[in-house]
Amino acid sequence: MSIVEERTGGNGYVGQALRRKEDPRLITGSATYIDDLTLPGTLWAAIVRSPEAHARIVSIDTSAALERPDVEAVFTGEDLADLAAPTVFFWKPPGVEVKVPEHWPLARGKVGYVGQAVAVVLGTDRYSVVDAAEEVIVEYEPLPVVVDLESALEEGAPLVHDEYGTNNCFEWSLGGGDLDAAFEEADVIVERRLVNHRTAGAAIETRGCIAEWRADRLTLWSSTQIPHIARVVLSIQLGISEDRIRVVAPEVGGGFGSKLQVYGEEVLACYCSRRLNRPVKWIATRSEDMMTTHHGRDHVARVRLGAKRDGTLTAIHARILADLGSYHLIEGPVIPTFAACVISGCYRFSAVKCDVTGVFTNKFTTDAIRGAGRPEGIHDIEMAMDQLARELDMDPLELRRRNFLRKEEFPASLPHGVIYDSGDYDGALEKLLEHVDVDAFRREQAQLREQGIYRGIGFSCYVEICGLAPSRVLGPPGWGMQGGYFESAIVRVHPTGSVTAYTGTSPHGQGHETGFAQIVADKLGVSPDQVEVIHGDTNTGPFGKDTYGSRTAAVGGEAMARAADKVANKAKQIAAHKLEAAPEDIELRDGEFRVKGVPEKGMALGDIAGEAYIPVDLPEGMEPGLDETAFYDPENFTWPFGAHACMVDVDPETGKVEIVRYVAVDDCGPAINPMLIDGQIHGGLAHTIGQVLYEQVVYDSEGQLITGSFVDYALPTAAELPSFETDRTETPSPVNSLGVKGVGEAATIGSTPAIHSALLDALRPLGVEFVDLPLTPLRVWQAIQEARGEGGGPRASEQARDVGPQGQGPGFGPSAPEGGAL
Amino acid sequence: MIPAEFEYAAPESIEDAIAVLGEDPEAKLLAGGQSLLPLMKLRLAVPSRLVDLRSVPGLTGIDRQGDGVRIGAMTRHADLQDADELGLIARVAGSIADQQVRNRGTIGGSLAHGDPASDLPALLLAAEGEVTAQGPGGQRTIPAGELFQDYLTTALAPDEVITEVRVPVVDGWGFGYEKFNRRAEDWAMVGVCALVRTSDGTCEDVRIGFTHMGSTPLRATASEAALRGKGLEAEAIADAAEQAAEGTEPPGDLNATADYKRHLARVLTKRALTTAAKG
Repeated sequence: MSIVEERTGGNGYVGQALRRKEDPRLITGSATYIDDLTLPGTLWAAIVRSPEAHARIVSIDTSAALERPDVEAVFTGEDLADLAAPTVFFWKPPGVEVKVPEHWPLARGKVGYVGQAVAVVLGTDRYSVVDAAEEVIVEYEPLPVVVDLESALEEGAPLVHDEYGTNNCFEWSLGGGDLDAAFEEADVIVERRLVNHRTAGAAIETRGCIAEWRADRLTLWSSTQIPHIARVVLSIQLGISEDRIRVVAPEVGGGFGSKLQVYGEEVLACYCSRRLNRPVKWIATRSEDMMTTHHGRDHVARVRLGAKRDGTLTAIHARILADLGSYHLIEGPVIPTFAACVISGCYRFSAVKCDVTGVFTNKFTTDAIRGAGRPEGIHDIEMAMDQLARELDMDPLELRRRNFLRKEEFPASLPHGVIYDSGDYDGALEKLLEHVDVDAFRREQAQLREQGIYRGIGFSCYVEICGLAPSRVLGPPGWGMQGGYFESAIVRVHPTGSVTAYTGTSPHGQGHETGFAQIVADKLGVSPDQVEVIHGDTNTGPFGKDTYGSRTAAVGGEAMARAADKVANKAKQIAAHKLEAAPEDIELRDGEFRVKGVPEKGMALGDIAGEAYIPVDLPEGMEPGLDETAFYDPENFTWPFGAHACMVDVDPETGKVEIVRYVAVDDCGPAINPMLIDGQIHGGLAHTIGQVLYEQVVYDSEGQLITGSFVDYALPTAAELPSFETDRTETPSPVNSLGVKGVGEAATIGSTPAIHSALLDALRPLGVEFVDLPLTPLRVWQAIQEARGEGGGPRASEQARDVGPQGQGPGFGPSAPEGGAL
Repeated sequence: MIPAEFEYAAPESIEDAIAVLGEDPEAKLLAGGQSLLPLMKLRLAVPSRLVDLRSVPGLTGIDRQGDGVRIGAMTRHADLQDADELGLIARVAGSIADQQVRNRGTIGGSLAHGDPASDLPALLLAAEGEVTAQGPGGQRTIPAGELFQDYLTTALAPDEVITEVRVPVVDGWGFGYEKFNRRAEDWAMVGVCALVRTSDGTCEDVRIGFTHMGSTPLRATASEAALRGKGLEAEAIADAAEQAAEGTEPPGDLNATADYKRHLARVLTKRALTTAAKG
């Protein structure tokens, strides 16, 4: 039996690990990123940024900068008084007050974080504008600074925004079931404080943009995940109608959520271009990117978990404090609420509650970073589950199995109102245990401990909420997001049968061009090589909602499939007409539209397209052309899941942690392209290994960013990562016709607790009960010292760190050498 | 990541290079640039002029001369890394940052930078090497113990150029290098290089150099004294290593407190000595 006959579609490309269509241009350096674009007459922008975390702006003297011959203009916040609106903020949850301080592209009157833009210098030379920016003299009157999330809520803490009288930005709750009764019913209650510290997206390509105002129209090229949303925002902030704005995302070198944003610099470039009638280009330096590209995580949660003596879970109550920084960008405060969706994990509870409090501090904004609330939520429940298992003296996997929602319970309505579409949590865990022999591991672990090697194992079972989003749920009347979360696609067959497919999603490394081409190829009986996928330009294709929230395949892919179905249906009608058969008797087989049972009677897509574009013999009443659009708004989110295992070695003398094995089993539904899935899993694991073991955005107690470069922000490299073992189960989602659920964030969601738990397992013989993330050698060593009753010196804290006189760590000391060669 | 404006010169003789330095007190030598250029991009260093040594002849190469090894100041880390006959030097050079940095960075540049977090200064100190510096008045020799004066500060005059590095041959010595960092490419949080000369299981002589345990590279003199003339069994090594941090005042930073660094110095000294004692 050939593979073609097994498939319902044409050629069976869906499911194949095809190499990425994108890669030849990427690996040969012929792709066009934002900094590859130049326009004649371009002015370069350099931003004057606040060195103060909290201060009133007393005066700004731009005269010296303006005197430089190659400087065309310098603008401050006051000069931008004619901007139509401040930062557009997208979350208005019904019945909840969210404080939204005005946030302008250039500060007005005061600054609230280090790096806040205070002025912009525009000139003809990329280098000299940076020199000129140093000559803009800003006088600040420093104000008291609040940096630590928990102390920001204490009585008498300095206020980030005086007008609110509090640093409490909002309080929001999601819950259901009788919480008090469910805790009453519990024999055992465990509580745990969990920290998910602040991290950075740290895309390899920093932010950047070029704006061109020409003939009363605006074009913005930007390294963004969201060109369509950006057009709406620019229209509002600049006061220009959308038809006069075009936003293009060229090749984008990574986003991880950090470019799911419309930044002040993008608005500023557009504004300056309109005002000066010249193209304006701005490219962030790495230092600017670390300082002013939104950060993620930064939650402190207190989780309370109740269970009966036999391990049956009864209730979970999580209280999450989320550090929002000093100002919002488009949607930061909504991110911690996504933790609430998955706070009950893969388990059955009779009551679930999650309270979120958003907190202002004098730091930069947090917003979506890969996983966006779900890694924190799954970390919260899974670490509490491990603690409960110890409390009950029960195998942690047995505790999980006992409480899993069963395969037959789906779709499953949970107490807090969410409906999991599909799941087979036992299946994923079973598959994981095919790869991991726990008994053998425990024997090996015991042997190694005799040799002084401390090895540990950790597990995690996770579920995530993806496929953003059913607009009625996420939109204004539900969650309160001020938008629709549908997706769109156009499938356009050309006269000779090749295909251009337009998607409203906007890639930044995922492989849209390959995956979508596979979907369309199967629907139309062509090769993926004949399907060009176009994206990231608001002047081509329909209005879309871009890429984030693991939505591309589940929402964008379904829109693409539906547009292709429309084309296929029309093609069948044309084929039926030409072949003198009924449309229902036409099937797609071996790349041809054929009459069932009469294999010699068939037409290839190119033949049909010829008929459609030379419309001399079409069925009665049919419009010419072979070009269809689909808009798709899902009925539900999708809920991918999986089970992960991590094994680590800890050097008890130094505290260094090494991952010795990582096994990930993920279920994102039927694979469109297994290689793209593996790529996402590998990348997500690297991302979270970074978060758990290496990376942390650190501010000192004055609000100065300590981790302003890759010297101090310890992004792991290939040298720090193990070889990943991946496997899958395939449980189709009933939400869309492809059954796909999304995978871009999965590994960041599943892996935090597995790694954390593995470390705790390794350290248990040393008497260590718990260590907060990130698991740096210093923290691990300090925990071991403490367990031994020996001092480890002052504890490393999550934030507001004060470091030694050399400040920024080795090598980049503050003073240049006095003499000699360098 | 955009440096301030600077002039650039690429003299073709050491005398010309020295002359340019004499004329322009704000000039800096460029000898690989793996420390200087990042500092310039962060505008922490703002030299008026870079004097690139790449075109000056005679500054590269590794030659054995009698009981010493002469290494040209512009010899790249990558060349040292590949010179197995250099033993500890090759081992240390191969641990510097990443391959891209090792392909550009030079031994003279690194020593003249005087960063106590860099690998080569502690190595030069432990190996009891010296540098030859040439200035307007001629050449002089500066022993490692005198070269490093403070954080990023050396005994070199502004118009002196390191032309070569000389390290005594340590044939027959065992060596070990323990570099502790968070990522393979990072500077050492603490680094320990150890050289041990043994005879019939006894430590005849020992030299231990520390990276990043103070404002200059340091010798672990207390540990050295404790081990010299003793047997090299595990207990003796452990006892000596316990004294490794004596007298040090390491700077705390983002990744390590002073206490932790002192602890690491003891642990790494034990490990480096254990490796070195095996010969």
